[in-house]
Amino acid sequence: MQFRVVKKPEISQKQYFLIMLAAITLALLTSGLFILLLGFNPLGVYASMIQGAFGSAYRIEQTIVAAVPLIIISLGVAIAFKMKFWNIGGEGQVIMGAFFASFLALNYQHLSRPLLLLLMVVAGFIGGALWGLIPAFLKAKWDTNETIVTLMLNYIALKWVTYLQYGPWKDPASLGFPKIANFTENAILPKLFGVHIGWVIALILVVIMYIFMNYSKKGFEIAVLGESINTARYAGINIFRTILFTMFLSGGLCGLAGMIQASAVINTLSVEVAGGVGFTAIITAWLGALKPHWIVVVSVLFAAMVQGGSYIQTAFGISAASASIIQAMILFFVLGSDFFTKYKVVIGSSLPADRKGAK
Amino acid sequence: MDGVLTVAFLKAAIIAGTPLLFATVGEIITEKVGNLNLGVEGMMLMGAVIGFQVAHVTSNPLLALIAAALAGAIGALIFAFLTVSLRANQVVTGLALTIFGTGFSSFMGKGLVGIKLSDEFSASFTSIKIPGLGDIPVIGEILFNHDILVYLGYLTAILIGLYMYNTRKGLNLRAVGENPAAADAASVRITAYKYGHILLGGALCGLGGAYLSLVQVPVWQENITAGRGWIAVALVIFAAWNPYKALIGSYFFGGLDIIGFRLQGTGIQISQYFVDMLPYLMTIFVLVIVSLKKDRKNAPPKALSEPYFREER
Repeated sequence: MQFRVVKKPEISQKQYFLIMLAAITLALLTSGLFILLLGFNPLGVYASMIQGAFGSAYRIEQTIVAAVPLIIISLGVAIAFKMKFWNIGGEGQVIMGAFFASFLALNYQHLSRPLLLLLMVVAGFIGGALWGLIPAFLKAKWDTNETIVTLMLNYIALKWVTYLQYGPWKDPASLGFPKIANFTENAILPKLFGVHIGWVIALILVVIMYIFMNYSKKGFEIAVLGESINTARYAGINIFRTILFTMFLSGGLCGLAGMIQASAVINTLSVEVAGGVGFTAIITAWLGALKPHWIVVVSVLFAAMVQGGSYIQTAFGISAASASIIQAMILFFVLGSDFFTKYKVVIGSSLPADRKGAK
Repeated sequence: MDGVLTVAFLKAAIIAGTPLLFATVGEIITEKVGNLNLGVEGMMLMGAVIGFQVAHVTSNPLLALIAAALAGAIGALIFAFLTVSLRANQVVTGLALTIFGTGFSSFMGKGLVGIKLSDEFSASFTSIKIPGLGDIPVIGEILFNHDILVYLGYLTAILIGLYMYNTRKGLNLRAVGENPAAADAASVRITAYKYGHILLGGALCGLGGAYLSLVQVPVWQENITAGRGWIAVALVIFAAWNPYKALIGSYFFGGLDIIGFRLQGTGIQISQYFVDMLPYLMTIFVLVIVSLKKDRKNAPPKALSEPYFREER
């Protein structure tokens, strides 16, 4: 008995959805097996994770707070991925955005709150955008491998903020403890319905990016460039400018998320400001099929997993890292499931009837 | 620079470069067979934590190393299954593997943080001076007075080089990475070649991680690789997919990794954090230089990161 793989015709939206659902179910089953091996009841653990993420008004708020940066960074990463520009520097772009915004927050406290916040938003966007332009320029000019450059820039950004935190920006009032001074009230984003207004910004950006990616000329050009550089060249798209523009936008969105995290969540700048969210956003962007509306759904689920993960750490003593294992597991299965949307496996080695004559 | 480029420094650079060397050679062989595995960091971390765990429990160096290599290979197996059999996107699958490996090591290593391996265990990795070679002035001390894994590193790079360039199988391996359809027509078993070399590459990454946790640091700390897996991915480009050149690249970056301590010793006033940026800045610099002088000899394998599907020929 032999297996052969043959191409499938285009499948319907419903079939696609079912295959995805099967993949996620299998991922949860596999993770469950892992939890079982550790000596816990997987159903109990999953139930507590849901409890930890949505069990009370406060926990729901916390889940939303965690989802906001994921959504915004995923949007940023998605637009670059659409161009097949592998921006895995979200983490560094978040940090640089937070750094630019924090510079204003710490030095221009006398400005009125709306003005200061507005300037911080712009600064955050520009900080991330500039950090994103470096790999874009290198890629557009000399075809330098962007995956590694963006990643290296993450580490450099992190070291830069570490330097600030332990050096020139260290708060003298913190009695030698390496910490940057907290922002004053007028540099902190206000709340709306119990959660900082980052969630409103995130939802507005989702709508804007949806329209941009689906209905604008530039968005279309980015998609064409992602499909084939030759087609793009033939169609007269300015490749150099498109790469730079896309990464300006991609890095800018990440930087904006950094501003929100610094202003609304930790109320200062710290080495923890990104805390791995730039990497998680890569998963969420991909699982959301680079589509803004799906990104929202996936980001909320992932934020719930992170919140649930830290809850089971206290409830069961299982490391919070289990959440990232489950996340990676889901990604593995979804990546694998894509195969079944394009191909089918048939048993038997002979050629299908319609191709017998052809060979 | 007299105060920096001492024999002791160059010797330490070899040690710091050894994890990079294992990982770089592992990734070279993976990419040569046509698969870009960005999970190096994850596989190194898996090897590092499993090796450490086994070393901690059994105090048996050989078992620890085998376990580490297996852990790396298992990570690579996930990648191979997804990208070779299921033709998933290699970039995203590699990233997922790194995320998985990072989570896995922090999960497994939770109870190990701060634990130091026994002196008895570390004694297995004391320096052995190679008779004859070790007596050469200066060079002998720098290159031939090391622990056994450093020598294994030399051996691995050279053996993989000989295998790639001087054997029939090595020729087939390169053919798979350059033009799988042609290799297939010459009845090279594409899938077997891909799986075999991806797994071998993963095992080497696992060993590289284990060198960090078992020998270089011997105390468990979270995220012990600190980006070295990514530097290894860059080193593959720097070395132009050549294992011999990987030797030079790895030890050079090993030197950059530890230069901070040396500079402080000489009293040069520069913040530790800026010095820490050096390997990362240098990686970018090297990549730009490499991309500036593009030629056929330094080009990546032609079919790199393209899945092979016989019916689409």
